[in-house]
Amino acid sequence: MSGPPPPVVIPNFGGASKCVTNNDLFCADWVQHNWGSTLQPALLEHLRLTLIAVAIGFVIAFAAAVVARRLRFVEHPFTLVGALLYTIPSIALFQLLVPFTGLTETTVEIALIGYTLLILFRNTLAGFQAVPEDVLEAARGMGLRGREILWRIEVPLALPAIMAGLRIATVTVISLATVAAFIDDEGLGSPIFRAIQSNVFKTELFAAGGLAVALALFADAFLVLVQRLVTPWARRERT
Amino acid sequence: MADRKAAGAGAAAEIVFSHVTKHYPGRRAAAVKDLSLVVPAGEICVLVGPSGAGKTTAMKLVNRLIDFDEGDITIDGRSIRELDAVELRRGIGYVIQQIGLFPHMTVGDNIAVVPRLLGWPKQRIRERVAELVELVGLEAGDRDRYPSQLSGGQRQRVGLVRALAAEPKVMLMDEPFGALDPITRDRLQNEFLRLHEVERKTVIFVTHDIDEAIKLGDRIAILREGGVLAQYDAPDAILASPADDFVARFVGADRGLKRLALRRLSEIELDSPNGIPPDAPRTSLQTTIRDALSLMLTEGAENLVVVDDSGEVAGLLSVGRVSRLLAEP
Repeated sequence: MSGPPPPVVIPNFGGASKCVTNNDLFCADWVQHNWGSTLQPALLEHLRLTLIAVAIGFVIAFAAAVVARRLRFVEHPFTLVGALLYTIPSIALFQLLVPFTGLTETTVEIALIGYTLLILFRNTLAGFQAVPEDVLEAARGMGLRGREILWRIEVPLALPAIMAGLRIATVTVISLATVAAFIDDEGLGSPIFRAIQSNVFKTELFAAGGLAVALALFADAFLVLVQRLVTPWARRERT
Repeated sequence: MADRKAAGAGAAAEIVFSHVTKHYPGRRAAAVKDLSLVVPAGEICVLVGPSGAGKTTAMKLVNRLIDFDEGDITIDGRSIRELDAVELRRGIGYVIQQIGLFPHMTVGDNIAVVPRLLGWPKQRIRERVAELVELVGLEAGDRDRYPSQLSGGQRQRVGLVRALAAEPKVMLMDEPFGALDPITRDRLQNEFLRLHEVERKTVIFVTHDIDEAIKLGDRIAILREGGVLAQYDAPDAILASPADDFVARFVGADRGLKRLALRRLSEIELDSPNGIPPDAPRTSLQTTIRDALSLMLTEGAENLVVVDDSGEVAGLLSVGRVSRLLAEP
């Protein structure tokens, strides 16, 4: 742990401070200097990658859960496919897709969507299955049509489970999307890879990694807030 | 006004079962067998019987939650087969034992579900909800509460008025008070009868409790296993002359006493109040004959002095008089 630090290749060396040239743990001046040019764009790209993946993943998983809610026998195959996608190591999945879709954002999104499916499908279906039978019976008896029962009764009652799934999926995707820079140079993975390739430039590594963690925490908190707003009845139940 | 009127919306409608049979696939015995009965408009018909007698099935045939195989059911002379099942259901109030309130909707929104489906104007829905909330003894503030914030009795009250909301001509009630404690059940039965006076609907009410059937029914249909109608008549007539051993056993050995519970002292002829024994117990004209008899037995008295609301003596009741009443057809 003693001796001189290993030589570090530092970007924008010319204007670098002493902190940066020493590769200290964290240099606020570097972050400030590179916020607009590197970190902020990477953060926004990361957010976009995540939103697209979760949104498309949710549409697919929701549609599958709506089908599985009535046709019990499709639950198993859907779960199996989701589980398979979920268990493939992310780097491997990215590589597997490259021959088909190249080193593109499409490749990244397909893989990320794949990781959301199992979580979102299972949670949404669990939400549907938790709707009490007597509520459905009353709804049918009162003359609600199938579609009205789905949108007015089942979806609202499944919302707590759906939102729980969205929280897990979002945080998972934010974390996984950093690896995506391996395929397509964007998102917070990009500065992280660059820091590692620069023989571990600590400030950039910590700044980008920290941003990914912060993004995950904020996204989770935001979804909790949304959940509270859309399910006021569930909150009062606890009193 | 809403231009889309639900099938059968309005005051009350006659329901006719003619030779209705329902078989469930894979079962040899019929669930309902050749059932024919007429429920006059505005009356409460209680379907009662042991489990497996098909009473719930018979009820669910009316709003087509279950479809029958043979025969026909008409509401106000129209075969329910001719109507769209969804439109039919929107014109029929439906109450179940588990209540089935929508947990994500407030009390007011629960009550407003069917009127909204029928496209009632907002103002009319608001007024109807307010009216029903008051009718059933809930406070105006309860309208904005969620079902989970209510007691069991309050929830069933909401279930009851939710079914009444769109002014259906027909109500179907499947053991609505079965899950309540005896005191709450008794109170809700009384409220239901009071509500029935105000909002007169044709009611088909399912229960396995013969006492509830006697208390609530204008007519009672006693079903036996295999969905066969054993007897269909007014409570007093069934208690006075059961059609067969099955009915006699079902209504119970105390059917005489149950009959006495149906009538109040104000409804019978009393003996003239000559020579009142000074120590005879007193009771009011509103007492049921059964309770009056019980009073005589507990007090060890041969006679009871009956007084009217102002405290004046209205007449005398003797044990002999009570047994003569039971001998009447």
